[in-house]
Amino acid sequence: MIGVDVVIARISGLKRQDLERWISNAWVRPDKSAGDYAFREIDVARARLILEMRDEIEINEDALPVVLSLLDQLYDLRRQMRDLNNAFMQVVPSDARKELAAHLTMHSSRAQI
Amino acid sequence: MADPYTTLGVPRDASQDAIRDAYRKSAKQHHPDLNPGNAKAEETFKAVSAANSILSDPEKRGKFDRGEIDASGQEQAPGESYRDHAEGESGRRYSRTGPQSGGWSDADFGDIFNSVFGEGRQTDDDRQSHGRDERYALSIAFLDAVNGATRRLTLPDGRTLDVKIPPGTTDGQTLRLRGLGGPGRNGGPAGDALIEVHVAEHRHFRRDGQDIRLALPVSLSEAVLGGSIEVPTPGGPVSMRVPPRADSRTELRLRGRGVPAHDGLAAGDLYAKLNVVLGAPDEALEEFLRNWKPKNAIDPRLDMREQP
Repeated sequence: MIGVDVVIARISGLKRQDLERWISNAWVRPDKSAGDYAFREIDVARARLILEMRDEIEINEDALPVVLSLLDQLYDLRRQMRDLNNAFMQVVPSDARKELAAHLTMHSSRAQI
Repeated sequence: MADPYTTLGVPRDASQDAIRDAYRKSAKQHHPDLNPGNAKAEETFKAVSAANSILSDPEKRGKFDRGEIDASGQEQAPGESYRDHAEGESGRRYSRTGPQSGGWSDADFGDIFNSVFGEGRQTDDDRQSHGRDERYALSIAFLDAVNGATRRLTLPDGRTLDVKIPPGTTDGQTLRLRGLGGPGRNGGPAGDALIEVHVAEHRHFRRDGQDIRLALPVSLSEAVLGGSIEVPTPGGPVSMRVPPRADSRTELRLRGRGVPAHDGLAAGDLYAKLNVVLGAPDEALEEFLRNWKPKNAIDPRLDMREQP
């Protein structure tokens, strides 16, 4: 099980009180197991990203929820795009896909004029 | 590999502050988790991070300037990226519509078809390509992880995967199921399903590498007089002899009754630490203790005394 101590050991520069605040803000959402936090790899990666955004990209913590919300929306959309793409690969024949692609290209070049 | 000063766009006599500013400026623009799917941003960020790891450390920078190390070999191992998790199924954990929502709502269809169907253009060639790896998370019971099991995972699109959990699986381990990820394009091979396994805690057993540890309750008479008792093990109950005059914290080993042999590792052992349970003492025991004059009286709290 990945607990708070493991996360702090794995992310250099991460302070316990920062991680605890991010959890109470629901920016990082580990599972709770017998009163302790149990992190998944995605939670660890997210904590690392939040630390990088704050310390290297200099997004202060007041602005972070806006950025996280936009990121979550972006990744929601990308998962949907991927589902859609997978569905097309399985359902739509190659000819129709090409036609669709040609249409989209035409559409976007028209939009540029 | 490119000169790190060129990569960061700073003069060779740049101050440490100027280097940090140059790195931050580039990170803001190219951080790959903020530019998912943009391979160019990822490449740039990697190069900039590698350059920064040399120049941000005055000692390494000095070595580089004196020609003691070169710019290559300093490339950082790519860190765990958030986007790899966030783009896969495990990313639903942070979905704006809640972690449980899979599938599509009517609104999703409207959004996608009206505005952002740009990636469809990727279909515009006959090139074969490998499907992408999909990440999933699976929670399993402690004993299934120890003994091995097969568990069915239902994917958001309704497909099911039978995941064979090998004996000795550890918490956080990732299982790779070849060919069960995203479909390949134009007949290319499918990607893999990567399954991050989470092992629940057990009420009694605790894993310690290949060994299993267990706190085993025994009665006062079992501890003092010894005897044969039944002990739960991951492979089912076995009987064990408690030696006479055992005590709480006496540890007994059952050889080979831990995690079964797997992947070239020998089977582990089960360590049972006795825990004497009095239950409800009756009058006879009370009477006996009142009259009992121990031959070797002990101070059970000797260890707790502060050292002078």
